Order: sequence, then C-alpha cells, then structure tokens
Amino acid sequence: MASERSGRAHVLLLLPGLLVVGALLLLPLLWLLALSFYDNGLSLVHYTRLFEDPSYAKSFLLTFQIAGAVTLTAVLLGYPLCYWMLGLSPTWQRVAFICVLIPFWTSLLVRTYAWLVLLQRRGLVNTTLQDLGVLSEPLALMYNATGTTIGMAHILLPFLVLPLFATMQGIDRDLLRAAAALGGSPRFVFWRVFFPLSLPGLTAGALLVFVLSIGYYVTPQLLGGGSTVMIGQLIQRNIELFSSWGAASAVSMVLLAMVMGVFLVMSRFLSLDRVFGAR
Amino acid sequence: MRQPILSDVVQGPAPHSGLTLLRSGAGPDDTRPSFPDGPHGLAVGERASTGMTNAQPHAICVRAACKRFGTSVVLDDVSLDVADGEFVTLLGPSGSGKTTLLNIIAGFTAPDAGSVHFGAEDVTRVPPHKRGIGIVFQNYALFPHMSVADNVAFPLKARGVAGGEIADQVAWALSLVKLDGYGGRRIDQLSGGQRQRVALARAIVFRPKLILMDEPLSALDKQLREHMQIEIRTLHERLGATTIYVTHDQREALTMSNRIAVLNKGRIAQFAAPETVYNYPADAFVADFIGEAALVPVERVDESSVRLEGTVLRCAQPVPQGDKLALVVRSEKLRLARDGEDENAFPVTVRSRMFQGESQLMVVEIGGGLSLTFRLPTHVDTDGSLPQPGQQAKLSLHPEHAFVVPAGQAP
Repeated sequence: MASERSGRAHVLLLLPGLLVVGALLLLPLLWLLALSFYDNGLSLVHYTRLFEDPSYAKSFLLTFQIAGAVTLTAVLLGYPLCYWMLGLSPTWQRVAFICVLIPFWTSLLVRTYAWLVLLQRRGLVNTTLQDLGVLSEPLALMYNATGTTIGMAHILLPFLVLPLFATMQGIDRDLLRAAAALGGSPRFVFWRVFFPLSLPGLTAGALLVFVLSIGYYVTPQLLGGGSTVMIGQLIQRNIELFSSWGAASAVSMVLLAMVMGVFLVMSRFLSLDRVFGAR
Repeated sequence: MRQPILSDVVQGPAPHSGLTLLRSGAGPDDTRPSFPDGPHGLAVGERASTGMTNAQPHAICVRAACKRFGTSVVLDDVSLDVADGEFVTLLGPSGSGKTTLLNIIAGFTAPDAGSVHFGAEDVTRVPPHKRGIGIVFQNYALFPHMSVADNVAFPLKARGVAGGEIADQVAWALSLVKLDGYGGRRIDQLSGGQRQRVALARAIVFRPKLILMDEPLSALDKQLREHMQIEIRTLHERLGATTIYVTHDQREALTMSNRIAVLNKGRIAQFAAPETVYNYPADAFVADFIGEAALVPVERVDESSVRLEGTVLRCAQPVPQGDKLALVVRSEKLRLARDGEDENAFPVTVRSRMFQGESQLMVVEIGGGLSLTFRLPTHVDTDGSLPQPGQQAKLSLHPEHAFVVPAGQAP
C-alpha cells in the first residue's frame, strides 16, 4: 500500500518535468524527424543528398576532428589543472575554482570576440610574438580549424573541470596514504591508484566536451571563418541560404544519431550512471 | 608536576630485555613503587612472541617529538621506545594526539621537532614509501578498482617483486587471514569483516618488520570486533612483526597489547603493561580513562594510609605527596565487608541497584555527597544477601587495591 502510494507520488513529482520535456523536446524532435522525410510527399531525398554531396561528408569528418582536438586539448589542460587545484588550501581552491568558472558565466559571444581580438593577424598574440622577434610573419591563428579549436577548448574547459575535479576530490585520501605507506613511489601511486580512480570523472568530462563540441555553432562561426564548416553551420546554411527545412532536419537527425552512437559506445566501456554521478 | 610513574623508565635510551622494561628508574622525584612485572599481571615479555630478549636497538624509537597545527599543540615532547616484536597500543580520547603520533611514525606527518628511528636508522626525513611498513586504516582503504588479489599484491608490485612470486605470497597472505579463494572477488562484494581481513593481508604480505594499525576495528560491530581482536593477536604472535595499534577503546587496548601508551593532550601519561596501567594508573586521567573507576578525594595520613570521610584506609602502595589526592576505586574491587571486618572497611548507603546480566551495579553514597559504583557478579550465593536501596552497608577495599593518585587531572 505504502509503496504504491509513494509510487503514485513519484509520478506526480515527475509530471511537470515530463510535460516540459515532452512538449518542448520530444514533440519538436518528432516534428524534425517528420520534416526530414518530407519533400512534397514522403521522400528520402534529404538523406540521399547527404551521401551524394561530398561537402556533407567533409563537414562531418571535420566536425569530429575538431571535437576530438578540442576534447584532447581540454583534457591536457584540465587534468593538470584539477590535480594542481586539489593540492591547494581550501581558500585558494575556491579562488581557483572561481577563476575557472568566471568565463563560464560570461557571455559566449563576449568570450569568442575576446579570442578574436587575441588571435587575429594584428591581434595581441601575433604582435607580441613579432615584437619579441619570435615570428617574422604573423601566424594564421584564426579563420581556420586552429582558431576554432583554441576558442572551443577554452569555452568548454569548465565542462571537463567540474566533473573531473569532483571525482578527484571524492578520492579517499587514505587510499593514497595507504598506497604510499605500502611502498608505492609517488609515480606508482599516481598511475596505479589516483589516475584509475579519477578516470570516471575524466571520461564524464571528456564525453561532455566532445558531445557539446559536435553541435557547437557560435565559436566556429566566428573563429572558423568561411573555411571550416562544422555541422551546426551546415544546418544553419541549409535554412538561411537555401530555406531547406527538410535538408536541415535530415542533418540534425544524423547528428543526433551520431551523438547517441557515441553514448552507446561509451556505455559499453563504463557505466554512464556512475560517470554522471548518479551512483 | 610529578613524572608519570613508569614512562621515564621505559622511554630511557638504555637497551634492555623485555623483562626489565618496567624496572624502576628511581628518578629524583620518583616516590612510586616499582612493579617489576606488574604485581598481579604478566611480565611484559611473556606476551611477546619474538625478539624481546635480544639487546638490539629498539624497533621504533620516537625522540622528543613535537607537533603543532596552527596554535594548538598536538604532540608535546613525546618519546616512545618500542622493542622488536612488541605489540604496543596508543590509547587515548580523540584529540589526544595518538593518530598524529602514528602518522609521524608512518611518515605522513613530519614532526616539528624530535626524531624517529627504526632500529639504528634515523627515518625522520624518509618518505612513507621507503619506510617498509604495513599499514591498516580504520576505513580499510582498499583500492576499489582492484580485485582482492590485486589489492594484496599492491605492496609487492610496488617493490617490483616478480610475477610468479607475487601469486604465491598473495595466496599465503590470504590464507593467513582465512580468505583462501577470495582473490578474484571485487571489494564491493565483501562484508566489513572480510574487507578488514583483506586490509590485514595487504599489510602483512611483504612481511614488514613494522605494522601500523589506525583504529582498524572501530567500523565493525561489537561481536566481530572482539573476534578480530583475537585474530590480530594470533597473527601478531605468528608473524612477530612489531605492531603499533591505535585505538580509543580501552578494553581493546587491554586485551591486545604488550604495552599501552596512554595519551592525554599530546603527552604520554603512562606507558606500561596493561595490568600496570589498569591497577596502578600514573595519574587521575589514566585511572579515569581506563576501566570503570570513581576518583574519590582523600587526605594523606602517611606513606601508607589515607583518610576517606572519617575512615582511615591502609594502602599497600606508597601514597604520593600532595594535598590533592584521589583514591582510585574500581567498582569490581569493592566487596561487601564481612561481619566484624573493620580493616579498610567503610560505611555506605545504597542508593540504587541495577541488574546488568552478569553483574549487579550498585550506586552507593559514602557521605559528603560522594558516590561510588560497586559491582558484584550475579550469583545465587550472594544475590539474596545484597542490601536494598536505602539500606546501610559496609564495603571493604583491599589495601592492594587502595591506590592513590594525585587528583585534578581528570578531564
């Protein structure tokens, strides 16, 4: 009786959320799905074009390459950062955390334009390096994949740092002390105990960064120039330039399927509920 | 302040055999008796299995260790000598510094002053992983991402032991803790008691000369804890490794140790065999912390007697100097005086009586608002003749049990 009642109560508690998700996410998605198969009647034309037009394949490949590069950059920057933050006193830890989060609270556009200022031909980076005599010619840091990767890695870094730092903080200090006392050198303890135990946080963060990168739009649009077209831009072009809602929907559906695919593959290697802290 | 009775002796630098550990040091202000073996108890060496009779340097030697965290002094000039193969317990309430002392021995914490020696080697600046110690923590600290066998193999792998040898030694260690065949299990498939055994196996697998245990049993329930106490003792007797054991449980300390170091506010209040610590506490704190004792204010009459509320009690052990003295009255040492028995007997009024299974506990008043507890085993011979609440009775305390300490140090 009691469990039945609490079961019903749970459904009631879930109802608002379910309604919002259903009305604002599920229905539009179904609408998109329907659109992608419609071209003056039921048609597969939007999907066949994805395979026939080589620019689509090129864009998908580039998107995954950039997402991979962004994830790798974020991991290489974020892991040492988290490890360093872990050793700080609580006060300085909070300061470091705020420094990580401040860009997170700043508008995406502002941050992207800030990179524009830094990375352009006559930008701060290039002029400084030239003044110092390191460079004779300015580097092409923008309007290409490099600029897109730098900008996105910076903007998405908090998504890696947050779950990774939480996981690192959750590692029992006694485990490390036990490992040291039992004869493990600092290097041995790091690779055999600390790193494996931080992996769930690292994978969670990397997965978040990767998935967010795949669908990113603003930063590649501004920093990538016309030459690097990621999937998000492809969808936008289909609508803005060609007013082809069907084609845009088809690309969206493929993108969605790919993201789901990434999750599916990852779930084979680790339990996602643990990654996202449900357990 | 008077020196703790025995600590000045046993902390002395002279090499000594186990049986002379408790010989009196006869310091200048040492007015206390010597207890060669603890008058009623075992000699220290009797319980130790190995190594107590050679005159090598101490297995562990902490010299004048001090540690402060911020403004609070956690360890105040602590010295501790542990003989090879000895089982020593650091006992004290939380905040007494016992864990800090263990951390200093393990190398997790560096002392602000003082030094730590293992044998002849000064290890004060040696990092933990080069100290060769086996360690067991309160929360087991097992590696959750490894199997039981991998956990136990960790110290061997860290030392670069060859693969084939690892399997043999892991099997040996697991069989010692009665976990044969559990090697493939995951840690989260084990019960609390089993986890503690894995932690033990991991601490002993590389046959360390020194094992440190930080409240290893406090997370277990009472029955399992008592069982594991016996197992750890047995294991200690088989392996003969010097063991430092931290606990706040005085009964556990009494059960397991060759010697107990009682810590209070960052100092060692007493370091002696369990029998000595129990029967002849160094001060009011030790008397109060160990066992069930009432500390009753008494007046010094002479070397061998004190006055308790008008009754003069004879004491077998010399009464210390000072005008603030307390008689240590352990509830089980009191008994009902026989008719006509007057020596060391005093009148009381029974206030209440509680049945506690194996014994009855009576709260009695001795006048002047002072009350004592008095414990008597339940037995058909005596149950009928026990005084009822409100009645007068006469209790006697054997001179050997009439032990007096300086008052005023109880928490």
